[in-house]
Amino acid sequence: MTATATKTETVRRNGGRRLVDRVARVRELGIVVALAALFGVTGAVNPSFLTYGSLRDILLNSSIVALLAVGQTLVVITRNVDLSVSSVVGLSAFGGALILADHPGVPIPVVIAGCVLLGAACGAVNGLLVGAAKVPALVATLGTLYAFRGIDYAWAGGRQVNAADMPEGFLSLGTRSVLGVPLPALVALAVLLVVGWMLRNFRSGRELYAIGSHPEAAVLAGIRVRRRIIAAFVANGALAGLAGVMWAARFGTVDATVATGKELDVIAAVVVGGVAIFGGSGTVYGAALGALLLASITSALAVLRVDALAQTAINGALLIAAIVLDRLLALRVAAALRRRRFHDDH
Amino acid sequence: MEDTPVLSLSQVSKAFGAVRAVREVSLDLYAGEAHALAGENGAGKSTLVKILSGVHQPDAGRILLDGEPVEFGGPANAQQAGVAVIYQEPTLFPDLSVMENIFMGRQPRSRFGIDRRAMRTAAAELFARLGVQLEPDRPARGLSIADQQLVEIAKALSRQARVLIMDEPTAALSGKEVARLFGVAEALRGQGCALLFISHRLEEIFKLCQRVTVLRDGGFVASHPIADITPDDLVRRMVGRELESLFPKQETDTGEVALSVRRLTREGIFTDVSFEVRRGEIVALAGLVGAGRSEVARAVFGIDRWDAGSVEVDGRRLRPASPTAAMAAGLALVPEDRRQQGLVMDLSIERNIGLAGLAALHKGPLISRPAERERARDWAVRLRLKFARLTDPVNVLSGGNQQKVVLAKWLARRPSVLIVDEPTRGIDVATKAEVHRLLSELAGSGVAVLMISSELPEVLGMADRVLVMHEGRLVAELDRAAATEESVMAAATGRSVT
Repeated sequence: MTATATKTETVRRNGGRRLVDRVARVRELGIVVALAALFGVTGAVNPSFLTYGSLRDILLNSSIVALLAVGQTLVVITRNVDLSVSSVVGLSAFGGALILADHPGVPIPVVIAGCVLLGAACGAVNGLLVGAAKVPALVATLGTLYAFRGIDYAWAGGRQVNAADMPEGFLSLGTRSVLGVPLPALVALAVLLVVGWMLRNFRSGRELYAIGSHPEAAVLAGIRVRRRIIAAFVANGALAGLAGVMWAARFGTVDATVATGKELDVIAAVVVGGVAIFGGSGTVYGAALGALLLASITSALAVLRVDALAQTAINGALLIAAIVLDRLLALRVAAALRRRRFHDDH
Repeated sequence: MEDTPVLSLSQVSKAFGAVRAVREVSLDLYAGEAHALAGENGAGKSTLVKILSGVHQPDAGRILLDGEPVEFGGPANAQQAGVAVIYQEPTLFPDLSVMENIFMGRQPRSRFGIDRRAMRTAAAELFARLGVQLEPDRPARGLSIADQQLVEIAKALSRQARVLIMDEPTAALSGKEVARLFGVAEALRGQGCALLFISHRLEEIFKLCQRVTVLRDGGFVASHPIADITPDDLVRRMVGRELESLFPKQETDTGEVALSVRRLTREGIFTDVSFEVRRGEIVALAGLVGAGRSEVARAVFGIDRWDAGSVEVDGRRLRPASPTAAMAAGLALVPEDRRQQGLVMDLSIERNIGLAGLAALHKGPLISRPAERERARDWAVRLRLKFARLTDPVNVLSGGNQQKVVLAKWLARRPSVLIVDEPTRGIDVATKAEVHRLLSELAGSGVAVLMISSELPEVLGMADRVLVMHEGRLVAELDRAAATEESVMAAATGRSVT
């Protein structure tokens, strides 16, 4: 009798752990499956899609959005959003390019660090607006989306920095490969792993989830909510600053319109990647995979000769499918948890 | 008990704008003593709790920890001082695991960051100490309120809290769960923890506590050893006047069947539920929390769809899953959770009262403001609502008065069937009596009342008939004479043979 009870108990415990784990993993596994299917089908129709050059392009194209998606996840997890990232990228790209063109003597690492700091400063503005002044993130960052872009325009004054104006050593950063993998993709990967690890293993990382999961409870639990939210925005801004330099190095031609509209791609990647838009759950790995999936679809559709205009609609459909999937999963999990409680009573 | 209190408040005051929520209140919490804080809604109990927990800072007066003045700048300070609070509303993080909820901000660490294995072991040990079976890895989402409170207690244990404050922890618990909670609280007290306990249920105060402090309208009334005071005295101190009898259901002749529910089933939620409610009758739906009572009410009112069965109001079959149809047929539902479901908290009193009957307030295509105001004033007077202006948002009202606004909203439609779900939860004694009087009057005027309640005295005092649910099934129907505490509880816990 006791033995059976203990056994059922163990089974149930493991069952519970498995269920939760499975759902968490399933979400990211789903994107991997979607990626595999996409590459399989597209590759079968047009084998050139699977060549090294093509795969390399996809990695290059997705790495900037992936980097931004990692940063955005930090903010979204706290039940906020940062719409201004594209403007921060634009500001950082132009600022970096301008320094390199006009002051060739400044070392490249200093320029990169400067761009990251510029991004962090922009993030601090957002963070103070949202965390300290309690402006809703949607409105605050919509405001700074325009404000930062406006500063960019004023600064540029119509000027464009071309590849020829920038040192070769800098431009090669955007295209060089290490062991066959493009450098920007490696940077994005490194950032992804570091941030992912911090979110999982640092107390402050867990507090970000707590804040997004139940903001009032986070206050009552003694979490320094304001400080954490500001930190999330600053980190996101810094990553956007880094993405800006990467943009300049990769494309070479920089004016004040760089990255306009990219914020929506980033948020789409985050949502497709399974990060709950109302905070509290999701991982940076999912968000980065989401960015990779969206970039792959764009490339695949081009290879499959689908009208470029239709691509946007397909991305939209994918986004909605991802949200529906999340909703269904959430309902399944909630139902399973309820059932378990029912059994627990006996 | 002559030693220094662990935590005490000395002449503490706190105002919000013009409202003086707490005025010069003193309170001493001793190690190993359970202290009750009694008072009606709006007496200042919750504000006091928030001062003790560092959420609010007092405008005047001092907080003393072991006799030394301290300042709690925020919840983190109070926690460091050993103060743990179980709030009325659950404060867990639904997306995070139970163990992370317990150890948030204090997760055990190894060289490589958070040590999940150590955290899991520690959580399992806490649950073993509490004698509950909860999986440390499951998310907090979906936990019953009782389990959520146990997680909060585990949190307090893990912090080695010296002061545990419980703000109406039993409001949503069944009898068995209350007993378990009290067992844990007693054990903590035995280990030298100071308890501060808030409850509207007097019998619980007398069962658990050794000392009681009474507040009225934000002011300090008295502090007594519990042995020196009777329940009647306590109520008198809380209200400051004599009360009418608590459960004044008057005998009425019952009329036609107004609500008839036949073999109603919603897969996995409730099964084969049949009952009738006649005009002039109050029928109570009793059972443990989670037995499916509110779910039946929601289905009858058309919020959720049902899989089989039928609902008739005054002999006409209701269209399923349509609250509009239910309202048109004369049904009204006062939901369990007035803040989330019953009221629009930021809207004014008059707007809230008008909300369910906007059709009657129309003049042409527009809503008539004077008519809305007229209706609100009329019902506010009838229900003895305490308010400053009808244009005040309902969130400034006390819980009892909020409940009156919800009632007014539905009564203004003159329903033939009124379903009330936990009509007096979290309401002070005086307002409770008024709500009971009101329900009784309504039945007297020919309304069929279906009352869901977890409070046995209320069920037994008010109902002409008692229906008992257990795990989604209707397991007993008891008339007034047959309904006793024993018979209802036996059926609710599944021990009876119907």
